[in-house]
Amino acid sequence: MQAHSEPPGAPVGADAHYFGRLAQGVFEIPRCRACGRHHFFPRICCPHCGSESLDWVAPSGAGTVYSSTIVRRPEGDYTVCLIDLDEGPRLMSRVVGTPVDQVRIGMAVRAQVDQTDEGPLLVFAPRGDAS
Amino acid sequence: MSADRRGAIAVLGTGLAGLGHAGGLTEQEIIAQAACKAVARSGLEMKDIDGILTSSLTSPWWVMRMAEYLGIRPRFSDSTMFGGSSFIADLKVAALAIAAGECENVLVCYGSTPRSAPSSSKINQMRAELDPQPYEHPYKPFNPVSSYALAAARHMHQYGTTRRQLAEVAVAARQWAQRNADAFARGPLTIDDVLGAKMISDPLTVRDCCLVTDGAGAFVLTSAARARTLHAKPVYVLGSGHAHWHRQISCMEDLTVTPAVDSGRSAFAQAGLTPADIDVVELYDAFTINPILFLEDLGFCQKGEGGAFVEGGRIAPGGRFPMNTNGGGLSCTHPGMYSIFLVIEAVAQLRGEADARQVAGAEVALVHGNGGVLSSQATAILATSL
Repeated sequence: MQAHSEPPGAPVGADAHYFGRLAQGVFEIPRCRACGRHHFFPRICCPHCGSESLDWVAPSGAGTVYSSTIVRRPEGDYTVCLIDLDEGPRLMSRVVGTPVDQVRIGMAVRAQVDQTDEGPLLVFAPRGDAS
Repeated sequence: MSADRRGAIAVLGTGLAGLGHAGGLTEQEIIAQAACKAVARSGLEMKDIDGILTSSLTSPWWVMRMAEYLGIRPRFSDSTMFGGSSFIADLKVAALAIAAGECENVLVCYGSTPRSAPSSSKINQMRAELDPQPYEHPYKPFNPVSSYALAAARHMHQYGTTRRQLAEVAVAARQWAQRNADAFARGPLTIDDVLGAKMISDPLTVRDCCLVTDGAGAFVLTSAARARTLHAKPVYVLGSGHAHWHRQISCMEDLTVTPAVDSGRSAFAQAGLTPADIDVVELYDAFTINPILFLEDLGFCQKGEGGAFVEGGRIAPGGRFPMNTNGGGLSCTHPGMYSIFLVIEAVAQLRGEADARQVAGAEVALVHGNGGVLSSQATAILATSL
């Protein structure tokens, strides 16, 4: 794992790196040097080929809603979505910036890092006209 | 190799206890009641049990606690937790252990009391902390419902499956439950009732979701040869299969295709049968989308056709495809990990002991268990003869 951003002695695990970068407002995912594929959630070995030779890279941030549900809670409704990144990996997130009942499968979205009361959170917003 | 295990083991006695509301008994107490019934109905005594398979959603020490409680000193035991699929996955483990000579008489048992003694928020929090999912939990999926809702939404998008078709699964389950005195939810239920019920996580309403009840079940397994000497109606395990591909819904490659594709293929291959040979089907229906996915993945219909398959009362009493004949997790009982009740219901059907819900002439049954969020899938084919 190339942990290029941490000072010596800092945690270098995949979870620590991912959430550390997210706290800095940066979204990064691992890409395998051996097979060239990206993966998510971040691991210290590639789930496609088993290699431990990985780089952290910034994805384009562009993705597509693969599936979506509205969670109905007394404190307010919110979406839980699966997003397919253009680079390939799928991740769970939330689509913001549009009413919950307007989120559609196939919607084009773009990643943003929100700073919330509970810490940094990767979310997605509809992407311009393409949505 | 796996074909050698075809019909190698058989189910002897089964037992149920504490269904619905356990009336103040603990989960160990109702499991023990179910186990005592199952052992007695097997023509055995508890001291004859030399293998035990059981697991818990909460306790990592569960098989030691249950063996201690029942006074069993097992030669073989296993407590691997595969969520709701555990007790069908156990059929393969038992077949291997019995074939290897590790044990002769295996007790499989499970129960819990989430209705009469709901988990405290402290225990729920502890469960989440012991199974960390830092890439999903921050988004607060109302799990397990939300994960299944994502699968349902994707299936609807990709194949045109409708909420009415999902509702057909719940209504058919209720109609079967109305024929089962042990079932918890027996009141009238229409498709419109399901569609109009409180939405939990779109597109699933509360009536698309399984019950939360107490309940315990147990059954005993032994070699097919021994079974014939011990029981008038042994039920043979012709084949079994188990597969898991992911733990978290975000790691499932295609939300419309489950590992039941693999578990079903293994079970049918070992049994030497095809879907056309099955007389009665028991599929884990934690949510209404589940049986639709499993009917497709197990080969009862093509991918994408599960919604149309369940329409028009086909899976309801009197329909051409008897399914979930006890009322299922949706209307009979659902104490957390349900698959033990699938086996027990299939055995009742194959023995002709299912009273008002009996499927005439049932000789071959398929049981299919699901665990996690479509994560672990276990299939078995049971029959009255080899």
